[in-house]
Amino acid sequence: MNWGVIIPLLIFLVIVLLVGIWANRKMDGSTSFISDYFIGSREFGGLVLAMTMVATYGSASSFLGGPGAAYSIGLGWVLLAMTQVATGYFVLLILGKKFAIVTRRYNAVTLIDFLKERYQSKPVVLLSALSIILFLFAAMAAQWVGGAYLIQTLTGISYTSALFIFTISVLIYVTIGGFRAVAITDTIQGVVMFFGTLILLIAVIIAGGGLSNIFSDLVAENPNLVTPYGQDGQLSSLYVSSFWILVGVGVVALPQVAVRAMSYRDSKSMHRALIIGTVVVGFIMLNMHLIGVFSRPVLPGIEVADQVIPLVALDVLPPLLAGIVLAAPLAAMMSTVDSLLLLVSSSVVKDVYINFMKPRASNKHVKKVSMGVTAIIGIVAFILAINPPELLIFLNLFAFGGLEAAFIWPIVLGLYWKFANKYGAIASMVTGIGAYIGIHFYNEAFGNLLGVHTVTIPVFLSLIVFVIISVLFKQEAYEFPTKPLKKVQK
Amino acid sequence: MKNRNIRNDSRFNVANREALIGCVLAAFNILWWYGFAYGMGSKAPEEYTYILGFPAWFFYSCIVGFVVMVILIIIVVKFVLKEVPFEDEEEVDSL
Repeated sequence: MNWGVIIPLLIFLVIVLLVGIWANRKMDGSTSFISDYFIGSREFGGLVLAMTMVATYGSASSFLGGPGAAYSIGLGWVLLAMTQVATGYFVLLILGKKFAIVTRRYNAVTLIDFLKERYQSKPVVLLSALSIILFLFAAMAAQWVGGAYLIQTLTGISYTSALFIFTISVLIYVTIGGFRAVAITDTIQGVVMFFGTLILLIAVIIAGGGLSNIFSDLVAENPNLVTPYGQDGQLSSLYVSSFWILVGVGVVALPQVAVRAMSYRDSKSMHRALIIGTVVVGFIMLNMHLIGVFSRPVLPGIEVADQVIPLVALDVLPPLLAGIVLAAPLAAMMSTVDSLLLLVSSSVVKDVYINFMKPRASNKHVKKVSMGVTAIIGIVAFILAINPPELLIFLNLFAFGGLEAAFIWPIVLGLYWKFANKYGAIASMVTGIGAYIGIHFYNEAFGNLLGVHTVTIPVFLSLIVFVIISVLFKQEAYEFPTKPLKKVQK
Repeated sequence: MKNRNIRNDSRFNVANREALIGCVLAAFNILWWYGFAYGMGSKAPEEYTYILGFPAWFFYSCIVGFVVMVILIIIVVKFVLKEVPFEDEEEVDSL
């Protein structure tokens, strides 16, 4: 066991747990448990908002899978990763103030609350709750696997015990602390990622003998590594560009990101978050993926892509520093898992249980159910992760794309097009998910349809279907209520 | 009478305008990124020029492109975006 590495990681875990306990204490003073637990009473300022968005979004795929891919593919993959800079400003500008105002009027604490009030339709609620639970659960399990692998690589303990440690630490602070704990730990984790990637990048460049040395090594090995086209020339410009939809603008439709766009205090917080978010997401993505590329001459011959970051950190940094840096991917995973866990739990509790089964539940009852459900979902994910599926990045992207295809138009058109109606929304969600799954299997078998990423076609199809069906079943133009809806929750 | 101020909530006009700005920024971002990456990166790797150690296409597309976006966003936030309250007037609530 390498205690120099383990001690910083342990300290990090302890801090995260303390935040959970602090958030739990703070919750006792609040009047509405559900708004506090699932959305932190909409009180976040700019820094926390930006960090929680970046950290939720930057997951195991960007921290282990992404640099791993950059290691084998080269600069082309860094170019692809930089499409994510858009997430820093696009989500907040598009959902922006309108979403903030409207969700306050609706008393919405989840994305589905918003859809429910906007479309007044049970099928919309059920369909969206189902897709959130299904897809995000898959994403969560993938992160669980990533977290356990990382702890296993770093400490040398068995996969199952690593999984156990990961589960326990995440479950405790999310279950007791709710959204506030998640957002605050996200902020700490975001800071860890920011500086962790910077330190590691510098160390790798030094170990490689400077930038020009590294690039001439890369060119000597395979000139394709420094082109935008990938080591075999396999990345077409069209394919890479289609990632603007998957990881750039489409992120607007991810429920775990959208819910954050209703959690901030005022316009000032949002404005600050725009700047901080863009800087942080761009900086982290650029550094992390460059580390992947630069590791190739420094540490050639790594077989398992996900291990590039841990191995190179242990190689180029002194143990204590490596431990601090490696807290970054662990932080990335925890901050994604915690948000997904809370979101799946909110779908089960708020959107299904309270909506359909027990609309007049008391504050105390809701508290018990929320915490119980959160814990149970986490434990189920733990059990599923014991026999993990192979490709981490794959599962994660599947969940990403599926949710984007389902939600992007019901959210965006629901906000900005007054003739958007429930028929359009239902048709669009069914089309989006159906087409995504269909095209996914087609692409698996025959190569990418039209040469673009799986998500592209379903997003356009669901737009067309949404508009046509909404116009066919034309109703009155929808106007948002002019005053807050009466509060029914206790 | 309850319809009186439905249509002219000026905050929604602000929001709509800012959503459009978001689209314009993203479009600009994509063009910059694509133009430099594939405009300068399509030639043979032996003919690449290097700036500060990086291949020129990558330097302009990803590094300068990122810095330019950050500057644009700071400008937009400071000079274009408007601060509006999110809460509705409480007096409306009294029936």
